[in-house]
Amino acid sequence: MLRFTVRRLLQAVPTLFVLSILVFAWLRLLPGGPATALLGDKATPERVAAMNAVMGLDDPIVVQYFRFLGRILTGDFGNSLITGDPVMEEVSWAFPATLELSVAAMFLAVLFGIPMGYIAARFRGRFLDNATVVTTLVGVAVPVFFLGFLLKYVFTQEMSLLPPSGRQDVLIDSTRVTGIATLDGLLTGEFDATWDAMLHLILPAVALASIPFAVIVRITRASVLDVQGEDFVRTADSKGLTTQVVRKRHVLRNALLPVSTTIGLQTGLLMSGAVLTEKVFAWGGLGTLLEQAIQQRDYPRLQGLILLFAVVFVLVNLLVDISYAIIDPRVRVR
Amino acid sequence: MALLDVRDLGVVFKRKGTRPFTAVDGVSFSVEPGQTVGLVGESGSGKSVTSLALMGLLPKRGAEISGSVTFEDTELLTLSDKQLRDRRGRDLGMVFQDPLSSLNPVITIGLQITEVLERHRGMSRKEARVEAAELLDRVGLPDPQRRLDEYPHQHSGGMRQRVLIAIALACRPKLLIADEPTTALDVTIQAQILSLLSDLVSETDTALIMITHDLGIVAGLCDNVNVMYGGRIVERAARHDLFERSRHPYTHGLLQSIPRLNAPRGEPLTPIRGSVSDNIEWEQGCAFAPRCPNATDVCWSEPPELKADDGRMLRCHNPVALGDAVTEGAL
Repeated sequence: MLRFTVRRLLQAVPTLFVLSILVFAWLRLLPGGPATALLGDKATPERVAAMNAVMGLDDPIVVQYFRFLGRILTGDFGNSLITGDPVMEEVSWAFPATLELSVAAMFLAVLFGIPMGYIAARFRGRFLDNATVVTTLVGVAVPVFFLGFLLKYVFTQEMSLLPPSGRQDVLIDSTRVTGIATLDGLLTGEFDATWDAMLHLILPAVALASIPFAVIVRITRASVLDVQGEDFVRTADSKGLTTQVVRKRHVLRNALLPVSTTIGLQTGLLMSGAVLTEKVFAWGGLGTLLEQAIQQRDYPRLQGLILLFAVVFVLVNLLVDISYAIIDPRVRVR
Repeated sequence: MALLDVRDLGVVFKRKGTRPFTAVDGVSFSVEPGQTVGLVGESGSGKSVTSLALMGLLPKRGAEISGSVTFEDTELLTLSDKQLRDRRGRDLGMVFQDPLSSLNPVITIGLQITEVLERHRGMSRKEARVEAAELLDRVGLPDPQRRLDEYPHQHSGGMRQRVLIAIALACRPKLLIADEPTTALDVTIQAQILSLLSDLVSETDTALIMITHDLGIVAGLCDNVNVMYGGRIVERAARHDLFERSRHPYTHGLLQSIPRLNAPRGEPLTPIRGSVSDNIEWEQGCAFAPRCPNATDVCWSEPPELKADDGRMLRCHNPVALGDAVTEGAL
């Protein structure tokens, strides 16, 4: 198991290497090159030439690439054109917020998605199953921003139960430790801050969870139905094992394999797809940074964000592979 | 008294939008303690469905079961799911056709054996592991202790079938049902598995129902043979009688279609013409009539009854004449 993990970790290195080449190439392929991109379309040729010299863009491309690689490996992604702050600083400020939201959303999606998919499969073709299928169809079809506003309308406007937006009440003076608001309160003992942060987290997390939840329900349902018909389940039944053991040990465990793949893919999508939800709930995370960077052509920041999303994706997939190996012994030998 | 008594067993599959399909129809037979009974027929003859019905393993929805299955004075067909689970694996064991897909790929072989011991014999995990290693040793797996922590994919088909046999016999059942246990295996392995099965059942005095399409297996193993066609038993005889002189044209055809080494070179094989799908409903006549060389008008119009004839049970209007029967020596 340890060997498998180490091997998969090492395999991630070439992936990240190729990724860095793509991001590097992307910036060089922009019309007019990075200098024009930074200075704007109206820059005079003299200024562009001066910028090229400053940025070392006259050096051979290989030299430039390794210089780029060296910088990103030391955490230097340049400065944002909008704020002038180092991209690394901006990102590390916003990342915990997005991480918190995504993890909460995925937690909800898994917590409710797997049992619901399983129950739907057990009651296949009956009311409960049909209701689940329709609900999840709505789940995937309704856009996140619409669902977000709907939730806000019901739980804030009408019922005044939950705060409409933001991550924490402005009146709460909390200490930042990790940047994950719900966690910080626990670490510093400011439980009121954690409580407040959790209340703020509920609505955006539910909105963001809708799609992965629906996908997980459907995959779980299909997978359980598939496994139920397998020969080894019949063997388990022929042994006279109790229904609970047959279901848990023989059906569910095998059915979770495709589900874990889905969870991985959905988590990756979630991190980069939180933009809309963050917008609706004024959640100051990566989505906000990304939106600004795209609108104002903040190339250094975009570059940093793309790399970050890519690294997250690679890491999540790594976790999926490891979970696969935990569930299925056949994967470990490969 | 018989260990298992099957009376008038019928299985009808019903699905919305399709015509009900009768897979098993009026099947009756019994198994004495320690006896080996064969259930022979080609694919679709209802032999596997019969065995699944005995075990209570048919889907609850869609399959309608009628008749009666008595096992040691207990009517199995009316037991609740929970009561059935208490007896399955303990009194009745089953070995399936495909060892490659019949073991759970993600849990260890050890657990797949110990779980049945813990369930029915009340053993602790520790005791069950000791017993499981002994069982693996008995079915001829070398180095059983190590096997316990291995997974099915680390073993060949023949070894997995040995594991499945160990599981089925773990609680020393009184009846073992083997549904084509060697079909998915190499010929050399087939012989090993068959002799293992017959040794084990005779050692423990377990009754065995052997389901197969292979008359060679029946010839080597069974005391009594039931030949099935189209969901009904068409001939039942003691092994010797059946091979000495098969009377039903279907059994006769099966025996004749086996290639013989001592037949003259170039002599064509004698297949049974047509296929299982060329049959008529038993209500109209004899289901085998469209493929039968002996069929006459009565076969097309009147369903034959299963009747005692010549020391056996036979369902045929025009049985094979005694002189024409294939003899065992020719096999």
